[in-house]
Amino acid sequence: MDETTASKATRVLGAVSLVGLALLVLFGLVISGPDNASVGVDANGAPTGQGEVVRIMYVHVPTAIIAFLAFFVTVAGSIGYLVRRSEWWDLVAHASAELGAVLLFATLVTGALWGEPTWGTYWEWQDARLTTTAVLFFLVLGYLAVRRLPLERDRRSRLAAVVGLLLGPATIVCHYATTWWRTLHQGPTISRLDPQIEGTMLFSLMLGMAVFLALYAWLLLHRFRVLWLENRVEDLGLDVALAERRAEAATPPAGPTPTGVSS
Amino acid sequence: MWRDALLVAGKDLRIEGRTRVALNQVAPFAVLVLLLFAFALDSDRVVLRDATPGLFWVAVLLAALLAVQRAFALEAVDGVPDALRLSGLHPAGIFLGKVLAVSVQLLALEALLGLGVVVLYDAALDAPLLLVAASVGATLGLAAVGCLYGILAAGQRVAQTLLPLLLLPALAPLLLAATQAWNAGVDGVPSEGLRWLGLLVLFAAAYLTAGVATFGILLDDA
Repeated sequence: MDETTASKATRVLGAVSLVGLALLVLFGLVISGPDNASVGVDANGAPTGQGEVVRIMYVHVPTAIIAFLAFFVTVAGSIGYLVRRSEWWDLVAHASAELGAVLLFATLVTGALWGEPTWGTYWEWQDARLTTTAVLFFLVLGYLAVRRLPLERDRRSRLAAVVGLLLGPATIVCHYATTWWRTLHQGPTISRLDPQIEGTMLFSLMLGMAVFLALYAWLLLHRFRVLWLENRVEDLGLDVALAERRAEAATPPAGPTPTGVSS
Repeated sequence: MWRDALLVAGKDLRIEGRTRVALNQVAPFAVLVLLLFAFALDSDRVVLRDATPGLFWVAVLLAALLAVQRAFALEAVDGVPDALRLSGLHPAGIFLGKVLAVSVQLLALEALLGLGVVVLYDAALDAPLLLVAASVGATLGLAAVGCLYGILAAGQRVAQTLLPLLLLPALAPLLLAATQAWNAGVDGVPSEGLRWLGLLVLFAAAYLTAGVATFGILLDDA
């Protein structure tokens, strides 16, 4: 068994991800400018709107989109498992859901940090995207709770696959929340024919997407391999226990016999 | 399948008729929740009347958790899961039967809670047709989600904590739609509640379909 979950390809992917992350910090915080276009002035003359706060978008939007992608991979893995009953699909679904949960949590936190200076509140109940994202996050926590049930592996995987399927509709509702319900959250900005931002801002956002996609792929590969190895260790433990029991059965026990004479 | 559903529903309702757990424990609990809301909101009649739809549906949701847990606790003992599997009943029939039995109990509970909000919160239920239609739609959805996750959690050592974690986020859209439909009904503007009623019907249909499609897999693992 390998002592590491890395391979040449994942090392390259990891290096690319980390370099990309450094570039994202550079572009997001230094090279791209503040969002002067949407800065307004309130009744007291103080600036409102995005300004410097726009930089949160370069993390917030990519983590949200990659989290949605992660949940679709979980749905695909769940369908794959239910059809093929293969461990491979099961582990893909599991690993992707874990990463999706982390990314979605980052989305909620960065969204709250952006909301306070922009909307004047960390949390806005009237916003459909916010509330559906929170619901999706708790659905994923439920899925991960099912994955931790103390059951036989096959049974746990089947139950998790059924719960995993239900993440699909929830993710779709969350994604289209801004289109279906015209609430506070802005509608599509870049997923349209005439993107609403341009220049270094658009580039930084696209870079963020690419970096978080690479990070997701890198971590997914490693998490998948760790889960695979965990299963192998579990199997190995079972084999060792079986061999020990067989050895016990083959050798007569030392100590007193039923007749009282030591063997 | 439908014959099996009626058999299972009949069995569950007969058990309830004999043990009266829903009547003696779940119903008093639900009314108690209504009283606690009144204490928490400083017994302010205006606030209570305005918040009636939300408070009503949260009370129903909490009571439904108990009802679903009870419906599957029945099956988790004495080898009943194996008996159900070996009985030759259609898994989809078992699912629909369970949904039917839970729905009947919840509808009775909602009638009681409806009376409760009129008496305790001074709520005016001005559009009874919409309120009844929304309640039936929401109850079917609630029972379908409950039974889908109920069988999943049944028999697990962590069932009591796992079920709310799975169930409540899944029921969030239903709570929203049911509350909005009731808001329209209580305000006496039924036309505004119709799209929410549509959403409730869509929600119930989606989860009933999901349950019919996957209950066999879940039953095998119960």
